Amino acid sequence: MSALLWLVPIALVMGTCGLAAFFWSMRSGQFEDTKGDASRILDDGDDKPIFSEDDA
Amino acid sequence: MGRQDIIDRGTNDAAIGCPSGLQTEPVAKSDPMGSKIDLSSYVNHPDADTNALELIVQGAHCSGCLGKIERGVSALPSVTSARMNLSTLRLKVSWTGEDLSASDIVSALSDLGFGAAPYDIDVAQTQSEGELKYLLRAIAVAGFAAMNVMMLSIAVWSGGADMSRATHTLFHWISAMIALPTVLYAGRPFFRSAWGALKNKQTNMDVPISLALVLACSLSVFETVMGNPDTYFDAAVMLLFLLLIGRYLDAKLRLRTGEAARRLAALQVTSATRLLANGKIETVPASAVSPGDHLLIPAGQRIPVDCRLIKGQSDIDMQIATGETAPQSVAIGDSLYSGTTNLTSPITVEVINAYSDSFLSEITSLVEAGEQKKSKFVRIADRAARAYVPVVHTIAALTFIGWLWIGGDLRTAALNAIAVLIITCPCALGLAVPAVQIVAAGRLFKHGVLIRSGDALERLAKTKWVIFDKTGTLTTGKFTLLNRDEISPSNLRIAAAMAKVSSHPMARALHDEVSGLEAADIIETAGAGLSAIVDERRVRFGSADFVGVETKGNSHNNSEIWMQTDDTAPVQFQFSDQPRKDAVATLDALRAQNLPLELLSGDRKQTVETVADNLGFSRWSGGVNPQQKMNVINQRLAEGRYPLMVGDGINDAPALSAANASASLATASDISRSTSDIILQGDKLIGLPKAIIIAQKAGRRVKENLGLAIIYNMLAIPLAIFGFVNPLVAALAMSGSSLIVTLNALRMSRA
Repeated sequence: MSALLWLVPIALVMGTCGLAAFFWSMRSGQFEDTKGDASRILDDGDDKPIFSEDDA
Repeated sequence: MGRQDIIDRGTNDAAIGCPSGLQTEPVAKSDPMGSKIDLSSYVNHPDADTNALELIVQGAHCSGCLGKIERGVSALPSVTSARMNLSTLRLKVSWTGEDLSASDIVSALSDLGFGAAPYDIDVAQTQSEGELKYLLRAIAVAGFAAMNVMMLSIAVWSGGADMSRATHTLFHWISAMIALPTVLYAGRPFFRSAWGALKNKQTNMDVPISLALVLACSLSVFETVMGNPDTYFDAAVMLLFLLLIGRYLDAKLRLRTGEAARRLAALQVTSATRLLANGKIETVPASAVSPGDHLLIPAGQRIPVDCRLIKGQSDIDMQIATGETAPQSVAIGDSLYSGTTNLTSPITVEVINAYSDSFLSEITSLVEAGEQKKSKFVRIADRAARAYVPVVHTIAALTFIGWLWIGGDLRTAALNAIAVLIITCPCALGLAVPAVQIVAAGRLFKHGVLIRSGDALERLAKTKWVIFDKTGTLTTGKFTLLNRDEISPSNLRIAAAMAKVSSHPMARALHDEVSGLEAADIIETAGAGLSAIVDERRVRFGSADFVGVETKGNSHNNSEIWMQTDDTAPVQFQFSDQPRKDAVATLDALRAQNLPLELLSGDRKQTVETVADNLGFSRWSGGVNPQQKMNVINQRLAEGRYPLMVGDGINDAPALSAANASASLATASDISRSTSDIILQGDKLIGLPKAIIIAQKAGRRVKENLGLAIIYNMLAIPLAIFGFVNPLVAALAMSGSSLIVTLNALRMSRA
């Protein structure tokens, strides 16, 4: 029984972390242009992300 | 540093356009006359010194284009950032100071080989984008909650007797703490819609959903507080999760097609060259001219508003307005419709009607009338929901009363009534219909067909009659030389040299045929022909009158050019508007589906007859004006034939909007594209029969899914009514039914 008292909060915290990561990546515009981002990896130039937190 | 140097430096890899050669069609220069359009009204000023502009770029396909565009634009002086979105083809540019204007950026892009137009950020668009983002967040939250609540619930169900009462209650409390905020946050789209419907004294699908969510949560809270064994938190969040997925798919389909249509529209910003009293000229947006203004219309440019010719003489391509293929000669005093193209020589005109009152607006009002009729179309999901909702509510209410009546306590009665509401929740309607439609839209997209909405697909599936426009739809709308074999190669070469200096569409067809000689000492007689010296001989080239030939017998045919040199007999060049390459295959495929075909054209009878004979139409009519086209469509509708109209011109727009379903080509005029349910990309007609087949298949899948939902409910409802459904059964049954309909929808992808 005491195992549950540990496992349940751990599961919840991990889930919340995943959710927070998803929200963060949405806010930072990572789903805005999936096609373009796939292409940008191939670009050798000095490219930096342009979306800032307040931009989204 | 000149602009060209900058571009060369920015893109030393590059010729014009897409570097990897993915671009199949040449991109039209967004500003063919090289005049500078004033785009300053599209520029935003996020702060005092910064200018920002959002453009739609045409012709970008790959990482090469992306890099080329960003580097090319960043290299312009004072540009601080240029960021391209390859999915939506939008380019955001910001720069400082006044040295650079918006039109410089557009022309820089044009020099790089990409078309560009300002993106008019329209409010509806941003709203639906925001809604899509909100739905995605809601799905994430509901998914997180569903997983965790389910985890706790499974522990409760399987723990059974081994679990102490205290642990039980603890788990319910944790579930409540996860589920309640989730329902409040992620359930808003349903609550809002249900409230809206109730306020108007109507019901929709969202009413039972909201009711089930609210009741299930409040009863579960009550159960938790009382320390009872069963709660419905898991069922509630699972329901929410599945329905949100359906909602998201639906919204996504709408946004994607809307985006594509807007992108095409944005590339046709029209401008006008206004002649001022002091003799100067200025370029203004077409919407800014007013009656009485004098406009300069160069050869090759579209006439922006209705006007009257006051100086010059030219040929006008009226095709877009009347469907007539051969150019019309106009003289001083003649009226010109907006949307038509000035072909041969520059003219000066006086504006009769402002942009909003032009020929286009008459068409627009006809279109609106048609649209209104179409908006009465009831989507299959709504129709099903209308029948379904009262039944569900009645059964739930009867269950509640029934349990009280046979002596059950209030709690049992409420629990069973809620079980009925949850288990009957229209997941199949909320999830499976959009799932089928998005799979179908994806398949059609691969065939080069763009579907504008889910109900377009439903209407298309009903098609029982197909009506085609001729010019620009079945035929290319471009002339080709017919009697090439009768003309000697030397004559053909001389004619090509003459044609090179003319912008007449028939001459252009010749010009594409052969090349070699140069014409000198050119004298042009507007609206009649050219005279020039080619190969040391004086050549006259133009209409029969101009060359001095007596037309006998075949005078009805004005799809011809005559040519005469000093020492030879006059030579006739005959032209015709050829059917598209895939027209025959498309019509055969449609006939194979037992669909009657009809041809309606605004072109002259003789021309239509030839095409109708060639393509095997048994029903055809020529010389039909927009209003008459619409009447034919309405007559077919009244006969119960569900006509599908395929067209491209402004003159087709009223018919397109009146028809049960409508299709247009990607190169069609703005107004016909925006009225059409489907758009055939790359101008391939062959996508049309495929679209009808896929739409019919999608219709069958939707009906199967509704059937599955009914079977499922017939099995599940009695169990719920008689109290055999505990939360485990409810959750399993519900997700099971959703899974089945989704899998059934995915079968479409093999179609």
